Amino acid sequence: MTIALQQHARLRLQGITKRYPGVVANDSVDLTVMPGEIHAILGENGAGKSTLMKMIYGAVRPDAGQIFWDGHPVQIASPMAARQLGIGMVFQHFSLFETLTVVENVALALEGKFDLTSLASRIEDVSDRYGLSIEPHRHVHSLSVGERQRVEIVRCLLQNPKLLIMDEPTSVLTPQAVIRLFITLRQLASEGCSILYISHKLDEIRQLCDRATVLRSGKVSGEANPAEETPATLAQLMIGTSLPEMSRQPRTPGEVKLAIKRLTRQTQDPFGVSLAQVRLDVHAGEIVGIAGVSGNGQAELMAALSGEQTLADKHMVLLDGQPVGHLDAGSRRNLGLGFVPEERLGRGAVPDMSLAENAVLTAHRQALVQGPLLSMGRIRQFALQCISSFGVKCAGPQAPARSLSGGNLQKFIVGREILQSPHVLIVAQPTWGVDVGAATFIRQQLLDLAAKGVAILVVSEELEELFQICDRIAVLTGGTLSEAKPVSETTIEEIGMLMGGVDAQEGEAA
Amino acid sequence: MTFRLQLESRPVASRTMRYVAPVLAAALTLVTGLVLFYALGKSPVEAFKVFFVDPIKDLNGITEWLLKASPLCLIALGLAVGFRANVWNIGAEGQLTMGAAAAGALAVHFDGATGHWLLPAMLVAGLVAGAAWAGIAALLRSRFNANEILVTLMLTYIATFFLGYLVDGPLKDPNGQNFPQSILFGESALFPLLIEGTRLNASTLITLLAIPFVWVLMMRSFVGYQLRVSGLAQDAAVYAGFSRTKAIWMTLLLSGGLAGLAGVGEVAGPIGQLQPSVSPGYGFAAIIVAFVGRLHPVGIVLASLLMSLLYLGGESAQIALQLPNAITGLFQGLLLFFLLGTDVFVNYHLRLVRVSGGQK
Repeated sequence: MTIALQQHARLRLQGITKRYPGVVANDSVDLTVMPGEIHAILGENGAGKSTLMKMIYGAVRPDAGQIFWDGHPVQIASPMAARQLGIGMVFQHFSLFETLTVVENVALALEGKFDLTSLASRIEDVSDRYGLSIEPHRHVHSLSVGERQRVEIVRCLLQNPKLLIMDEPTSVLTPQAVIRLFITLRQLASEGCSILYISHKLDEIRQLCDRATVLRSGKVSGEANPAEETPATLAQLMIGTSLPEMSRQPRTPGEVKLAIKRLTRQTQDPFGVSLAQVRLDVHAGEIVGIAGVSGNGQAELMAALSGEQTLADKHMVLLDGQPVGHLDAGSRRNLGLGFVPEERLGRGAVPDMSLAENAVLTAHRQALVQGPLLSMGRIRQFALQCISSFGVKCAGPQAPARSLSGGNLQKFIVGREILQSPHVLIVAQPTWGVDVGAATFIRQQLLDLAAKGVAILVVSEELEELFQICDRIAVLTGGTLSEAKPVSETTIEEIGMLMGGVDAQEGEAA
Repeated sequence: MTFRLQLESRPVASRTMRYVAPVLAAALTLVTGLVLFYALGKSPVEAFKVFFVDPIKDLNGITEWLLKASPLCLIALGLAVGFRANVWNIGAEGQLTMGAAAAGALAVHFDGATGHWLLPAMLVAGLVAGAAWAGIAALLRSRFNANEILVTLMLTYIATFFLGYLVDGPLKDPNGQNFPQSILFGESALFPLLIEGTRLNASTLITLLAIPFVWVLMMRSFVGYQLRVSGLAQDAAVYAGFSRTKAIWMTLLLSGGLAGLAGVGEVAGPIGQLQPSVSPGYGFAAIIVAFVGRLHPVGIVLASLLMSLLYLGGESAQIALQLPNAITGLFQGLLLFFLLGTDVFVNYHLRLVRVSGGQK
């Protein structure tokens, strides 16, 4: 932390404002980032973090305000202009071509002519220097998520950035990979590169960042030195009130409701993961968690359990003792299965349909259809009930699904599934991209549901979440599921090691 | 400092633009058409009158207008249900032809029959034949994943040649001086006229019934809901457990059936016999009608009236202005072209941006 005050700020934003129809995404935001500083941008979903970063990266133009770069006023017209200034950005969702090699992917992002051989050696240099071990000639589809992120980071570093923007970089990493990432970021900062670190994970920010700017509803709600704050005080700045406590009632698991028996499925997708001999029992009144980094068979397992992909052997999945492997999603729902998928828009909900219409998607079983016709009154009633009981912030049942924030839509979908009183509920990434307040609410709903005797299976990348709500946790890596361990008999570190099956070896190589 | 135009995506699709686009497209078609007439040395004012006013200035004109709008509307209604479900039946022309052929075969075979059963039987035959013809595409799509766009289109050519064979073979009028056409249908094989002295007949009533039926199916029925979900977000349909195969069969059978009915309406209506060609491209024009009508029943009614007027205007322009027949197709093409163009603005808006690099 060598912040020399006589220096010009690397980046200074003054009164940056961006309006979208109906919403002010950023309302006269001020921000100062010094050279070599790791600066956190903290805020809930929809607080305006992404818009602010897009303006710094030239992808969106501010309506008002001024950006200063090394003391000079600048207009950043495009991402290319941003890169020329020395601003690099690592996106949350990677922009890599899976069928190309690492060096080919990097070459695509560089301007001007390139020579793959010399580029490969430059990649090796940079990756050695920062402990980001990657093989330039490997194909991206064969890389783990952690390795893909390294490719993105190396791609930025090759352009010698003076400011690196990291958007929720740890959301897909194992705990061990996070530690390695932090070492790299600290080294970069010590060499004078400024880092803007966007996250809603308070612990990480307290570990890593020198300063934090907190956004709330598009405005700066405070600045803090994260090391001096507690997660509670940071959360207070973020959501304006203190976090509600979660209450966990004692539960006694009953009979097996969902049984997965030696589930094996060869994937048809060249970049998919085959499932091998997955076994798991979920009992009534129990929450079982499946931990693991995405891309290790989660999507395939969810599709096989929900019925979106049917199985050749119907005995691989049993609902209430009844074989259902051959049934489609609708027939499994008829037997009492509820499912909240990872993708909300386009899978859990139809973006262009209203909330009322989206209620019908799975809740048509609740007498929302009379004869061949939709019962418009009852549909509206059901949607209203879902909106009010689950605190969905929206313009009403007629609001299109795409107009809701991720967290609110997730509340609606979770609500729609819970209101149908399922016997078994499967939830993928219940709070992925959901703000702290909504996440706590959703977790509490799951706990309450389990207390009523529902068997719940949760797939999540967030270990803290799983440890908070689950009775047992298993880990999915490379399409195989570890034995589910009671939460009291394991630790985050142990689960993290299991998750990093692949990454652990990389760690040794690095 | 230079400027350039740039399309920027709207955060939310513009509702207004969704409805304004077809109107704008119609207006642009009109303006372009008038410019074209001017370039051909015709007075634009005169051309406008000939094209859009003269055809419908008397009762006869108005009945002709409705007569032509009816099959366009009927076919487009069926197609729209499919298009909303992402099932692309491009071969309504072929299904219309098969419907006409089946009904015509009955009319010829039972020529001279009296009683009220023949016309209903022809309607059923036309409906079934049209649906079956589209059903081939549904079978190939659901069994072998064969693209229904290509299959329905290719089946159209087969249907056309099949009808050609019929009127030059088994169904040829023996006393027709070797013309490739069937006998004129008898009274009981023809739709009764709605207004004496015009050609407007009871087949129009089928269209009138189909409009509310399709509206309810599309907007208020659970089946229609499933079809819409299937078209808007396929993953959501799979998630909910709605069958894609069912959607493909349903929409192709429905659109094929309605096209078949339209075919019956032609041969048992204004044509009154089987000929090598029983439609001036209604099956294809209905695709444009469906899109100009925003795949909505009410929009389709208006769009079919517009398209029908283009047909009449084209005929009138041939006679009054000595312009070639191609003028009708040209106007149809312009309309679709401008609709696709203006549709861009539903999701995007145009912005003038200053081009300047980032300052160092």
